Amino acid sequence: MENINAVIKKSVLAKDIVSLDIFNPTIASKARAGQFVVVRVFENSERIPLTIADSGPDSGIINLTILKRGKSTQILCNIEEGLIISDIAGPLGKNTEIENFGTVAVIGGGVGIAPTLPIIKAMKKAGNHVITIFGARTVDGLIFTDEAKKYSDEFYICTDDGSQGYKGFVSGFLSEYLDKNPGKNISRIIAIGPALMMKAVCDVTKKASIKTIVSLNPIMVDGTGMCGSCRVEVAGKTKFACVDGPEFDGHEVDFKLLIDRLNIYCEEENTSLDKYTENHKCRMNN
Amino acid sequence: MQNEQLKPKKEKIPRTKISEQDAGLRIQNFNEVELGYSEEEAVRESSRCLMCKKPRCIDGCPVEIDIKSFIAYIKEKEFTKALEKIREKNSLPGVCGRVCPQEDQCEKVCILGIKDEPVAIGKLERFAADYAKKGSSECVRENKQYAKDKVTDNDSSSKKIKVAVVGSGPAGLTCAGELAKLGYKVTMFEALHSAGGVLVYGIPEFRLPKSIVKEEVEFIEKLGVELKLNAIIGKTFTIDELIKDGYKSIFLGTGAGLPYFMGIPGENYNGVYSANEYLTRVNLMKSYLFPEWDTPIKKGSVVSVVGGGNVALDSARTAKRLGAKKVYIIYRRSEVEMPGRIEEIKHAKEEGIEMMFLTNPVEILGENGWVKKIRCIKMELGEPDDSGRRRPIPVAGSEYDIDTDIAVIAIGQGPNPVLTQTSPDIMLNKKGNIITDEACKTSKKGVFAGGDIVTGAATVILAMGAGKVAARAMDEYLRTGKW
Repeated sequence: MENINAVIKKSVLAKDIVSLDIFNPTIASKARAGQFVVVRVFENSERIPLTIADSGPDSGIINLTILKRGKSTQILCNIEEGLIISDIAGPLGKNTEIENFGTVAVIGGGVGIAPTLPIIKAMKKAGNHVITIFGARTVDGLIFTDEAKKYSDEFYICTDDGSQGYKGFVSGFLSEYLDKNPGKNISRIIAIGPALMMKAVCDVTKKASIKTIVSLNPIMVDGTGMCGSCRVEVAGKTKFACVDGPEFDGHEVDFKLLIDRLNIYCEEENTSLDKYTENHKCRMNN
Repeated sequence: MQNEQLKPKKEKIPRTKISEQDAGLRIQNFNEVELGYSEEEAVRESSRCLMCKKPRCIDGCPVEIDIKSFIAYIKEKEFTKALEKIREKNSLPGVCGRVCPQEDQCEKVCILGIKDEPVAIGKLERFAADYAKKGSSECVRENKQYAKDKVTDNDSSSKKIKVAVVGSGPAGLTCAGELAKLGYKVTMFEALHSAGGVLVYGIPEFRLPKSIVKEEVEFIEKLGVELKLNAIIGKTFTIDELIKDGYKSIFLGTGAGLPYFMGIPGENYNGVYSANEYLTRVNLMKSYLFPEWDTPIKKGSVVSVVGGGNVALDSARTAKRLGAKKVYIIYRRSEVEMPGRIEEIKHAKEEGIEMMFLTNPVEILGENGWVKKIRCIKMELGEPDDSGRRRPIPVAGSEYDIDTDIAVIAIGQGPNPVLTQTSPDIMLNKKGNIITDEACKTSKKGVFAGGDIVTGAATVILAMGAGKVAARAMDEYLRTGKW
């Protein structure tokens, strides 16, 4: 029997993207597509929200896929197999609305590709014609392409530098796709990725009048509606992403506010990261 | 009358002042403000007690501590026995001695208080609790023995009965402790990574050291309570799943965990915090120790706190300790209507917190996404409202701006809906609070509730009182099966 919150398997999926299989049978049996957990790695770590990329009710394992960015994600990415994560709380947030919409497009950008996987699977299972569009800066940043292909009726790749597939952003590809395929009748789009990507996708789909769901990733502390750190504005109203979301109608989201609020602690994040990498270097030198 | 005059007059001892960290010094640290009584001071203060035949103080205590007896023990220097006496009724003496509003409860009705100042019951309670903590190993051992006796004493048949307590704040801790003493197998579920609820995320270190909370939680665990952290009822498990899992009765003490905002323009600018977030970052996540601890907090040299309660005072005093040069409390009524404790208002003033009374924010103005100013309007007091306090009325055309780097909104908290959303058979009032009868019974069989989730944001001791009432009612329900 494994310890609760033990890292069972660690894989490096792409440059700076690490995938962790973690043993937590309670969360694994409960988690549904679109939900997240709040993770605190060590006693003095931050509490950070991470979308559940996969969960196996039988294996008791949840998968978290992490992009190395600030100190907290660096720590997670540097974790060794066997280590026990101090705290994981969840599953939190509302799950993705899954039903047979007819034709749906699922768009994932960067590390945001990971949480689209369970949605792609569930949408396919519900009987949808699933169009999947993945985007990354370069071919090196692409993850889960083989798995996604299996469950998608159409599968497209975009890279900013054109190192694979369409050269450009997913929003550019989508715009061209919609122009070329006016008869597709896409009834719903789910877009997960960086805020700017989701905003660009929404700009395209608003013109095309296609309902678009985005998964927001604001800064959180408790993740249970207690602090209001994660407030976002949707249709002019303040919402708490942790309990009212994380998914919202993208056409109603104030992305500028989201991006502003994501940058609150830029300065502190840099201080933290500098200190961490410095220590890390010192240790390596020793 | 004449007879009375003939009696030798008892020497009047003034209420013993508690020593405090100097204001200039304490705003530079997060250590506790009040330093506590020494043994002599405690004995002297306890000797002021008149040992009334009918002690009114006990009626004034929501958890009915035998105040007269514990004070008598302190007078006799039987400090451990004093603590045991308190613990008969109160599982959290170190907490209550510090944060209970004694001036509105036990001390309010103290006979001495009519002509003089009441006995410092709260300070004495704190002394008894702290004595055990730092006291001799004998004392600690006796307390451990007490915890053990309390469990083994009980009817062993009830031990196999599983009961659940949701939330590990004051209400949950008390309820769990009482149920454990009655011999039940208690599991306490906590959503956060640390037990204590508002005692750990809300009340600052300088008013309630977290080591005290930790010890009191450990005491509850020693009584046999199993603690499950990171378990969000309504998400990780639902109430119905707990019932299915064999919990025969459930207590909900989930607190007032939903911050209210004012609903004015600009509240989502960077630098605007709910008091819940501000205090949680500092207290639970220890952001005052950043970058040694990873959670950051925005400091700013001018911090404005909106609200007049203890949470507002805690936020303002926290801001000062984080290094703010100017800290304002913006409150729409006047000082006499402030719901914060008098002692804490005094402490805040000593620390240089500037109070802006009869002032209400109408808009938050920002620049590049960050808060810059709070636009306020002057208020005047009109007729009393439902709360009995005079209603504040805006003075037309009196708007003015206050420059600020950080704004903290501390205007109250509501019931967190995460649990109740998944249990539609638990009836709520319009505000979202759980409806219960006087025995803390909800509309769902076997499920009880108490504390802020029922009353709306109130005090630690009232929540504890409810936890206690609920534990008794749960015991009765489990013994008789009657609902």
